Amino acid sequence: MSGIIDFFVDNANTLVEYITTYPFVRYALIVGVLIALCSSLLGVTLVLKRFSFIGDGLSHVAFGAMAMATVIGITDNMIFTMPVTIICAILLLRTGQNTKIKGDAAVAMISVGALAIGYLLMNIFSSSNNLSGDVCSTLFGSTSILTLSVFEVWLCVALSVVVVILFILFYNKIFAVTFDENFAKATGVHSEFYNLLIAVVIAVIIVLAMNLVGSLLISALVIFPALSAMRVFKSFKSVTICSAIFSVSCALLGIVISILFDTPVGSTIVAVDIIAFCAFYLIGLLSGGKAK
Amino acid sequence: MAQIICKDLSLGYDSNVIVKNLNFTVNAGDYLCIVGENGSGKSTLMRTLLSLQKAISGKLEFSDGLTSDKLGYLPQQTFIQRDFPASVWEIVLSGRCSKEGFKPFYSKEDKAIAMQNIKKMEIENLKNRCYRELSGGQQQRVLLARALCATTKALLLDEPVSGLDPMLTNQMYELINNLNKKEKITIIMISHDIESALKYATHILHIGKEIVFGTKEDYLNSKVGKSFLSNWEGGLQ
Ligand SMILES: Nc1ncnc2c1ncn2[C@@H]1O[C@H](COP(=O)(O)OP(=O)(O)OP(=O)(O)O)[C@@H](O)[C@H]1O
Ligand SMILES: [Mg+2]
Repeated sequence: MSGIIDFFVDNANTLVEYITTYPFVRYALIVGVLIALCSSLLGVTLVLKRFSFIGDGLSHVAFGAMAMATVIGITDNMIFTMPVTIICAILLLRTGQNTKIKGDAAVAMISVGALAIGYLLMNIFSSSNNLSGDVCSTLFGSTSILTLSVFEVWLCVALSVVVVILFILFYNKIFAVTFDENFAKATGVHSEFYNLLIAVVIAVIIVLAMNLVGSLLISALVIFPALSAMRVFKSFKSVTICSAIFSVSCALLGIVISILFDTPVGSTIVAVDIIAFCAFYLIGLLSGGKAK
Repeated sequence: MAQIICKDLSLGYDSNVIVKNLNFTVNAGDYLCIVGENGSGKSTLMRTLLSLQKAISGKLEFSDGLTSDKLGYLPQQTFIQRDFPASVWEIVLSGRCSKEGFKPFYSKEDKAIAMQNIKKMEIENLKNRCYRELSGGQQQRVLLARALCATTKALLLDEPVSGLDPMLTNQMYELINNLNKKEKITIIMISHDIESALKYATHILHIGKEIVFGTKEDYLNSKVGKSFLSNWEGGLQ
């Protein structure tokens, strides 16, 4: 028993020491929490509007853009990745609305294309001698959150704040458009504008989240909190609040574990998400869907 | 005053014409019933009126201050994702969404109106329940309450009483009639219940091989009306 307590006390001490000594640990915690919060907010809308595939496609686009930025030699590559991803998000949304099946295919085409071009560019132009390591860290985000520049930290903070404020301001509209777009449109809600807004915000979140978990694991950050919360809660508001709390707690725990035990940040967070999802699944089964 | 004017309207999907040469006018305060067989294009017409789809040709005009944010709408079928987490209250309140313009939050008045319509539809006890766990008739009532929240000038209903029990069906008709007579809200309703259609409506639009539009009396005297009615009565016996 005392062994377990010692283990926790030791680790807590190490953690406090890290936080007080190394600024990059503080940055990682702050940015991690904000990104987790943002990505969970729109999760419900994404899952329900069947937009989750767009999220997945966009993350590959962001990967391609990042590779390109590296090749061109832009150091703060978010400046380049962000606009490219936003433009792709708008394009994908457009094609997705015209014809359903073609939209799906378009997403697959763009995302796989971006992935391939990205890797190709890195392969041809990369000066680094650890190419597979580079690729791996863009895909799985192994260390990038611990190597953020101060500028990137501030950009992350500012964008996250903007995303959260937009979400709160447009919460009722987002609900109406997600729940029944036809009714919203028929009664004079500017659903096209809100769809556009949702697409842009998704793009921003994906580029932000790429720093935390890498481009392959972004969808996990968006989908797990929403699906978990939907197991237990039955109203839009409670699901939204629950997924925000879920996401932030899992991200915090994941980052702390990865710092203490030197595991890759992204996959650790997703692993915590999976465990928490299982817990929520069980709670959902046990409560028999009675909770509100 | 004419609120909706349709001239030589052709409806359909892509270039596939389903209804041709549609001419009719809806005045403020009218109670228009749209009747016709399954698949004749009634829902298509309503979706066109709501600008959810484009007319193939012809002219559709709104006037007398009617704009889409003054409409309420009850769809024939609402395709809602199986897992959607939404409470009855959230859904009814969302009917007020367009009334807020770009204002972010619902006002006290919005909430009061939502509550009033929940009471009208007798779903107070369901207020905090999850929508997808309700019965079909209960869901219909929730969507009706939402439509009532949205309307200030005109209410478009696509088979509003399907799935309601006989008691509530009558209450529903009375309620719609009250909205029409007391609050002067224009009603456009698709219905297969021709008896009630004739009881309450002021105008009838029959869609089918032949299109007939006119007041209730005109319709009763028309050839199409007579044959449709006799078929309908024949079907009953
Ligand atoms: N999305 C669609 N794409 C193509 N054709 C459609 C579509 N929806 C309906 N149709 C066709 O349009 C015609 C009219 O359909 P509509 O739904 O307007 O009929 P309706 O009069 O409302 O029938 P009901 O009484 O069964 O509700 C039908 O022949 C139908 O097959
Ligand atoms: Mg129909």
